[in-house]
Amino acid sequence: MRMKNNVYIYLLVAAGVTYLIRALPMTLIRKNIKNKYIRSFLYYVPYVTLAVMTFPAILTATASTVSAIAGFAAALLIAFVDGNLFKVAMGGCAAVFLVELFL
Amino acid sequence: MKKQENRKWFLKGMRHGVPIGLGYFAVAFTLGITAKNIGMTPIQSALMSFTMHASAGEFAVLTVIAAGSGYLEMAVTELVINLRYLLMSCALSQKVPENLWYPHRFFLSYFITDEIFGISSTVPGRLNPWYTYGAACVASPGWVLGTFLGAVVGNILPANVASAMNVALYGMFLAIIIPPAKKSRVIAVIVPVSMLASGLLTLLSDVIKLSAGMRILILTVLIAGIAAYVHPIEERGENANEE
Repeated sequence: MRMKNNVYIYLLVAAGVTYLIRALPMTLIRKNIKNKYIRSFLYYVPYVTLAVMTFPAILTATASTVSAIAGFAAALLIAFVDGNLFKVAMGGCAAVFLVELFL
Repeated sequence: MKKQENRKWFLKGMRHGVPIGLGYFAVAFTLGITAKNIGMTPIQSALMSFTMHASAGEFAVLTVIAAGSGYLEMAVTELVINLRYLLMSCALSQKVPENLWYPHRFFLSYFITDEIFGISSTVPGRLNPWYTYGAACVASPGWVLGTFLGAVVGNILPANVASAMNVALYGMFLAIIIPPAKKSRVIAVIVPVSMLASGLLTLLSDVIKLSAGMRILILTVLIAGIAAYVHPIEERGENANEE
């Protein structure tokens, strides 16, 4: 049966599940984990996650693949040379904008 | 003394939150337009963004609502698509001081988004929660307001500006992972390997069907797991993340 459910209950369910996922480990794991493999694993997690989220998604984020590659390259270069969060983000945007002017 | 320290971290967080907020605004705008198209009001859209702070998770909410599926399906969909936050929360639990006050743990959990987690989990040493709050108080309004405006006005940004702004979030991710790669050979290996593996799985998406959330989760467990096995970190405590 397809019925019109209540939007607010949908939102409550979605927000509740999402919050529980985020809050459970943070509140239940209070001690420092001693096992060096688990510690190392958790240390590497953000680097892998962010790399996986960046690529290949960045290639389809803009109006054309060419401008996306330009933005990707510019951001990589600035991140390598400088590393400042704001400069890298804006540099990537600027590269996309400039390349799209000529497309 | 402690108060000054918190203040310093809060301001630093605010500075780092600016590019996140800008990137959020652009993405949330698209989200708002989609929400409007399925018949949600701007207030409902903003409420969704305020309570969830999750991009893929919120697009999934819209899909479920548009399909008129049940509440259980909503719960399961969100569980699967947001499972990576469970891992992030585990990692963050090891980044904060052991004796951190419970309310801080509840508030920090609320702000575990890909981006805010990214900057919070990679600060040198222990995480001061005020750094995360500083970033969140700049980034979160970008997300909520972007959703609201998207649902009110539809797309008003010029197409080329919107297109350029879409790269901001990825640029930030790169700013987080590339500089440490210069100092750690392990990170210098796992970053390109992760990108290649992710690209490969995306190319093979016709053969191996995975949602983006599952792809992120599986690759993270696999690659971080192998890295930890091959190259466990020996230092203990605070020094583990020192630059």
